[in-house]
Amino acid sequence: MKVFKAPLCIMCVPTYPPRGLPMPSLFSERELDEIEERLKRWEEGPLRRSLERYPERRDRFTTLSGIEVKRVYTPADLRDYDYFEKLGLPGEYPFTRGIHATMYRGRLWTMRMFSGFGTPEDTNRRLRFLIEHGETGLSLAFDFPTLLGIDSDDPRASGEVGVCGVAVDSLLDMEIIFRGIDMGQVTTNMTINPPAPILLSMYVAVAEKQGVPRDRIGGTVQNDPLKEFMAQKSYVYPPEAAVKIAMDVVEWSVKNLPKWNPISISGYHIREAGSTAVQELAFTLADGIEYVRHLKGRGMEVDEFAHRLSFFFDSHINFFEEIAKFRAARRMWARIMREWFGARKERSLWLRFHTQTAGVSLTAQQPWNNVVRTAIEALAAVLGGTQSLHTNALDEPFRVPSEFAAKLALRTQQIIAYETGVADTVDPLAGSYYVEWLTDKMEEEAWRYIERIEAMGGMTEAVKKGFPQKEISDASYRFQREVEEGRRHIVGVNIFVEEEDEELRNVPLLEIDQEEAERRQVERLRRLRSERDNALVERRLRELREVARRGENLMPYILEAVKAYATLGEITNALKEVYGEWVEPPII
Amino acid sequence: MQGRYSGDTGGLEERLLNLIERARGGSRALAGKLLSVLETPSPEAGVLLRLLIEKSGGNHVVGVTGIPGAGKSTLASQLIAEYRRRGLRVGVLAIDPSSPLSEGSLMADRLRMQRHATDPGVFIRSLASKGLLGGLSLAALAMVEALDAFGYDKIIVETVGVGQADVDILDVAHTILVVTMPGAGDDIQALKAGVMEIGDVYVLNKSDKPEAEQTLEFMKFALEAGTVSARHGWTPRLVKTSAVQGTGIPELADAIEEHRVFLEEKGLFAQRVEDRRVKLARLYARSLVDDMVEEIVGEKRAEILDTLRKSPDPYRSILDLVLEELRMRLQRL
Amino acid sequence: MSGLSLQSYEPRGRPPKTPKVLVAKLGLDGHDRGAKVVARALRDAGFDVVYTGIRQTPEQVVEAALQEDVDVIGISILSGAHIHHVSRLMELLRDLGEDIPVTVGGTIPLPDIPRLKEMGVREVFLPGTPLQVIVEKMRRLAEERQGARKI
Ligand code: B12
Ligand SMILES: Nc1nc2c(ncn2[C@@H]2O[C@H](COP(=O)(O)OP(=O)(O)OP(=O)(O)O)[C@@H](O)[C@H]2O)c(=O)[nH]1
Ligand SMILES: [Mg+2]
Repeated sequence: MKVFKAPLCIMCVPTYPPRGLPMPSLFSERELDEIEERLKRWEEGPLRRSLERYPERRDRFTTLSGIEVKRVYTPADLRDYDYFEKLGLPGEYPFTRGIHATMYRGRLWTMRMFSGFGTPEDTNRRLRFLIEHGETGLSLAFDFPTLLGIDSDDPRASGEVGVCGVAVDSLLDMEIIFRGIDMGQVTTNMTINPPAPILLSMYVAVAEKQGVPRDRIGGTVQNDPLKEFMAQKSYVYPPEAAVKIAMDVVEWSVKNLPKWNPISISGYHIREAGSTAVQELAFTLADGIEYVRHLKGRGMEVDEFAHRLSFFFDSHINFFEEIAKFRAARRMWARIMREWFGARKERSLWLRFHTQTAGVSLTAQQPWNNVVRTAIEALAAVLGGTQSLHTNALDEPFRVPSEFAAKLALRTQQIIAYETGVADTVDPLAGSYYVEWLTDKMEEEAWRYIERIEAMGGMTEAVKKGFPQKEISDASYRFQREVEEGRRHIVGVNIFVEEEDEELRNVPLLEIDQEEAERRQVERLRRLRSERDNALVERRLRELREVARRGENLMPYILEAVKAYATLGEITNALKEVYGEWVEPPII
Repeated sequence: MQGRYSGDTGGLEERLLNLIERARGGSRALAGKLLSVLETPSPEAGVLLRLLIEKSGGNHVVGVTGIPGAGKSTLASQLIAEYRRRGLRVGVLAIDPSSPLSEGSLMADRLRMQRHATDPGVFIRSLASKGLLGGLSLAALAMVEALDAFGYDKIIVETVGVGQADVDILDVAHTILVVTMPGAGDDIQALKAGVMEIGDVYVLNKSDKPEAEQTLEFMKFALEAGTVSARHGWTPRLVKTSAVQGTGIPELADAIEEHRVFLEEKGLFAQRVEDRRVKLARLYARSLVDDMVEEIVGEKRAEILDTLRKSPDPYRSILDLVLEELRMRLQRL
Repeated sequence: MSGLSLQSYEPRGRPPKTPKVLVAKLGLDGHDRGAKVVARALRDAGFDVVYTGIRQTPEQVVEAALQEDVDVIGISILSGAHIHHVSRLMELLRDLGEDIPVTVGGTIPLPDIPRLKEMGVREVFLPGTPLQVIVEKMRRLAEERQGARKI
């Protein structure tokens, strides 16, 4: 009785080598045999003697994904390794080594610090401070009401305005955020999902007011609905509607904003919600697959939009696993785009991604240690070939970052970029037996998940069934138990614990005058609602509801509503009337 | 609630009556506390039960069962909304399975109904099934009497998925909804086997899905082919709903209503109430005896094993062994 | 009927009083990783756990706690809006004359701990608190509450 949306091409999951071809290898059979021979002798001799004297610290060593790590890796772990099939050269298919030929020798990654708090005025000051200190791209964090499409004067917003990001209620606020910032010069990331079309419209409207032509407006909206249901939990509309609206943004942007990334397909939140690295990789790509299908279903050619899809990953603390994940991701996506979806243009095959270090790895205990963790994670992101990077501040477990902590996090990136030399050669870890083995392993396990999701009819269906949610929740609980039982160590938490946690008290936190921010936003809204052309607003909202019912692309109408100073909440409510609201299945 | 029961029910009864009145008057805090008293069969709980039964029996108990994930909780939430529109007060018992390992439980059915949490005409209680026979525990049966006595016009009982054991919902509810969803393949087979016999109203939920038509045809066929037993001459209804889109809900409420009218006309309404009370007694007695047998068998382990090896009539010997102990324990009660 | 001891009256299959906890997410916050981990840990430690899900108002939480008649309310909040929402929650409980113990876990800057305690919050669990510690403290609060119960 099962009726599924036929997966596009389950059988296309690539296998190595393509069926029927001989297996080329990095090393000759003779060399490999000799290595294995020597390994055996080594195990029986030096290794055994060493183990007798010094037993190893654990019976099993595993990555955060639970992949067992061997004692030592040799070319014998890369038998049948086809260099061109798996690695190629930088800027060449399958892009394992990076999407550009020169990588950071040409241009460094974009240093993009996630920021926003209080009023638009507060955030404008923070952005200008960061630009002054060498930040090369902007990234906006919104407060909870904004994330959920709720106006600051809504009772549900009370106590939340300006705490976790900047409050944006209408075009007025966006104008203030970008005062004195040339939107033709910077690119801006906006971490926003259900209200993404609204915030993008505001951004475009302000840029137009600044006189920036549309083909110079650059940046990203996250606009990735599927991971909202499994991880970030700022969903509003039910899954199908959410995907539809998000794809409206993609379609419209592709046609109107050639430099804009209208979606950032995100594994970050999945990982932070507790997934393993493998799950992060698999679920993110499965989301991407779902979006590509949807866009193709609208009659667009893959090569029309694929180069505008961007990604977002976590860089966690298990150093090599993260690097392997980034490399596997590039390789898998290139294959998916070429072999499943028939993309032709090279840029359609690129997996371009932003990275954020793992907030969840940072501890409230001995918080200064967080600087060190972040540095290591940032290094992994760079060795993994990221296009842009946010480094978390040491006060991460307490509040959105203080100026000082944010600057220190930015300096961390600058030290990696300008002092360490790691950016001077492309993909320096390629050819490490361990890293290549692990890259393959990540890929192999991720395919397995993708196949399961395909069998469910794709990610929208899987999410409705709660499949990824359950997998994430289980992984998160498993991890917590491992920490609890001392099988995973966290310095300051379950090892090297300091009773009198002196340093903890020394972290100076950002002061946000929440009540004042709320008061100002509410006041601004009150004035706006009394001064704007309310009849026009009404008309725009009515049109929007009608268009939504007809199923057309919403973007042009949202843009018009925004320009008429309809508020974020008004627009969201109009759409809720049509699409309804999501209540999640109880998966714990 | 500690120590020995004094036998002096005077003060207690008065106090309980007062509390029941206030719960009937709308105090959900007191209703909550009274339900807790019913969780364990103490002497006080017994008195409370008697007082409740004096007032209960008039309200309509609707059982909701069906395959896991069919949308029972979502549907219950929609039914609550529909009943509220009709001016009725609604009580809900959401029964979740316990973890067999820890005896603890994680109850999240409530999550789907939380939007009604602050509605004074709605009362929702979650209950862990604690592994008792069937999905319904002893406590649940007593709680149904309570919600009834507190004046909730409709009492919705959501039970753990569908298994054969769950059939005991028969004895509790006046009207049984069996919820299924499209494309549930194997599960539908299961339905045919067991549950297709217990429903008064069959609900094909998630009818927003494209596969719904096919399943609907299948179910119609099953119903017409008489795979489904028509209890007391009632012809089971089939209703198509989408709990997420809120369609088919008034029709569902109407079908449930028709069944209530049918029961009343046939004089079956009161009989079901009696059935559930007898069931309560049976469950209680059985759990007591069960527990004793459990204990005895544990204590007499060595003797039992010995008997099995040596006795000329092992069954008889085991019976003697257990019965004797049982008698002693029963006398001690 | 008289002269019955309470103990002999109860079926044995389960301990007579399973501690019951409400785990709730207050406000617009969607960070549910911690709440779920804690809910599972409590379940595994033998608690009955009712989970409300995210985006709950103080009113919804209080109502759920009363209808479920839980022994402890466990709030999880990482959004920084804890002072605002928890003070409302405590006020509601106070107005109703209910003294269900309340605990708060999540992103709580240190200076806010005394403020929460002043409002009547019994325990504050910071990030990194071992599950074992949480289970023990929650159990103690539940026992205390059950001991004080009377009808
Ligand atoms: C993981 C995480 C995320 C994930 C959440 C995934 C998920 N589904 O949970 C993602 C990436 C999606 C995310 C998004 C955001 N996040 Co966030 N996130 C974190 C992070 C890094 C870790 C939280 C976590 O899960 N830890 C692991 C769990 C196990 O620990 P825990 O929740 O603290 O729980 C422990 C205790 O607190 C306690 N506890 C917690 N709950 C309960 C409940 C009970 C009953 C009990 C007894 C105990 C208890 O026991 C647990 C075990 O010890 C924190 C920073 C940090 N390091 O703490 C920021 C943080 C909470 N996030 C923050 C922000 C701002 C956001 C966003 C608003 C960003 C934005 N503007 O877009 C969004 C909002 C998303 C949403 N809808 O809620 C801020 C909040 C700032 C503030 N409070 O002032 C923080 C503090 C980071 C920061 N400094 O900026 N985030
Ligand atoms: N498409 C669709 N999905 C629905 C409908 N009703 C419920 N669902 C979804 O089905 C899933 C399960 O819903 P629940 O209401 O929790 O189902 P349940 O039968 O109570 O589940 P258990 O109590 O776990 O057995 C959720 O993801 C719901 O959103 C519906 O009418 N249509
Ligand atoms: Mg349910």
